[in-house]
Amino acid sequence: MNLNLFQKFKLESVMLPALAILGCCLIWYVIAGKSVTTVKTDDWGDTVKVTKRSGISADLPTPVETWTASKAYITDPFAKRGELDQGILRFTWLSLKLVAQGYFLALLIGTPIGFLLGLSKKFSMAFDPIIQILRPVSPLAWLPLGMILFSGVKVMDAGGRTTFGASDAAALFTIAICAMWPTVMNTAVGVRAVPQDYLNVAKVLKLSRTKTLWKVLVPATLPYMFTGFRLSLGIAWLVIVAVEMLTGRPGVGGFLWQQYNANSFAHIILCINVIGLVGYVLDRLMSLAESKLKTA
Amino acid sequence: MSQPILSLKNVSKGYGSKGARTEVLRDISLEVREGEFVAIVGYSGSGKTTFINMLAGLLKPDSGEVLLDGKPITGPGPDRGLVFQNYSLLPWLTVTENIALAVDSVFPTWSQEQKSAHIAKYIAMVKLTKAAGKLPRELSGGMRQRVSVARALAMDSRVLLLDEPLSALDALTRANLQDDISEIWQSSRKTVVWITNDPDEAILLADRVIPLLPTAPATLGQAIDIPLARPRDRSAINHDPQFKALRNQLINLLLAAKEKSRTTVSKKLVLPDILPEDISTPNSIQYLTRRGPRRRSEEKREELEVAS
Repeated sequence: MNLNLFQKFKLESVMLPALAILGCCLIWYVIAGKSVTTVKTDDWGDTVKVTKRSGISADLPTPVETWTASKAYITDPFAKRGELDQGILRFTWLSLKLVAQGYFLALLIGTPIGFLLGLSKKFSMAFDPIIQILRPVSPLAWLPLGMILFSGVKVMDAGGRTTFGASDAAALFTIAICAMWPTVMNTAVGVRAVPQDYLNVAKVLKLSRTKTLWKVLVPATLPYMFTGFRLSLGIAWLVIVAVEMLTGRPGVGGFLWQQYNANSFAHIILCINVIGLVGYVLDRLMSLAESKLKTA
Repeated sequence: MSQPILSLKNVSKGYGSKGARTEVLRDISLEVREGEFVAIVGYSGSGKTTFINMLAGLLKPDSGEVLLDGKPITGPGPDRGLVFQNYSLLPWLTVTENIALAVDSVFPTWSQEQKSAHIAKYIAMVKLTKAAGKLPRELSGGMRQRVSVARALAMDSRVLLLDEPLSALDALTRANLQDDISEIWQSSRKTVVWITNDPDEAILLADRVIPLLPTAPATLGQAIDIPLARPRDRSAINHDPQFKALRNQLINLLLAAKEKSRTTVSKKLVLPDILPEDISTPNSIQYLTRRGPRRRSEEKREELEVAS
């Protein structure tokens, strides 16, 4: 009986998502339709082939067509055929590298700001309006500002090639400034939620400010901080696509934009799927780390 | 007689802003001599924690002064070891690390071996050597409070302040811990101010018991000296006529003050805004003419006797 229940549960947890995916693909088929090629004789007397889709959308490829068109990118995921023609995992890796840099910058800036906000009522009162106004600004709005701010940045290697230019700096700036808000807010809330008892202990033991910070405040705030870190990572991954589109950097987002310009819809769908999958995996990893931290 | 180590002179303390200020403690005067075990007994909510927080320096008195060795207390410090009611151990540090945090800040010049020997000594004193590497959440309530006591002792402070240290524990654990603490105290003879709501515990442990009378605001009552010989045996003492007399005296003091402080308050009552249905009359036009629910205006008053 017990085993049956387990099997049933397992079956359901596999079957139901599979059914849902299948259903989505079916709808996709209906929208895409079949592409029908007819041969006719035109007004000039030539025979021409006319390809038309029978579905609702004129251009959307079917799932199978999408697969055949993107197979090369998936089966050879690390190939490099050109700057904007690389295997999909190679693109993902490029994007992830940039996200990691911007994300760590966000944590580096966001965590201390969060602590200041949580610790000082005056600081929080002074800066709360600014933060509330800057928080909802879209990455698309920050990037041009970053381009202008860092227009002079140019780091070159020995060969005279630019290794870190204005667009790299602007990209990092945009990711950092968009991704840091959840860290800032959660850290601030966490610091405010530190139990008075712990602070009393610090007072009675006459711990120095730095010791109170590292031995009491930081460990007590850590669970909150980690929630902020997780949300920040999600946003950083969201921002990367916009940043790559605008700067034309190689990466999943840049590839997506280029394929849009090339009218290659199958590759757009491929990119969307990869972006979603990577985002999901990142979130799972972070929440795994988070739960480890909470039980510790 | 030696100079008092700790003294309070006409101390008052209240909470709230000017308009709605309530005084919690008024005119508290107390002298604690070196090596004395003083217990303050009072009802819960009568200002015991406020009292000990002023001794600890976590709160400043509104008027009067609190002196330690003749010098006014300006803030918290390691010269007064504090044991909190809710243990207040840092949950991310082990037993040893929690105590080490205190030792590090009190004896910064000591060598590492000196410190760890010191910590081990106090962990052994509270019988926790086996649990030294455990985190607080792996310990029972009684064990956690032992750690808290060890932490306060390890600070080697002039005075030990304990704020209802055993009131969150079950009766058996409490009795065990009372015996252990009594034993530790007899070997160290540290000055102790022990806050409790248990008259038996106070008499069993202390040299002098002072009731905190639940008048509004609370004041200290007449101190009762406990001349019972030490070590005091818990089971034997229950039948000791002297113990019984002391307990009666203390309980009567507390009860009498409670009786006096009873006041009545009148409370406004608003009945629920519904009208019972009259089943005997059929559904008809009568509903329109029937007197509607008017209960909100029909205020009732109730006299309540409350303890303040």
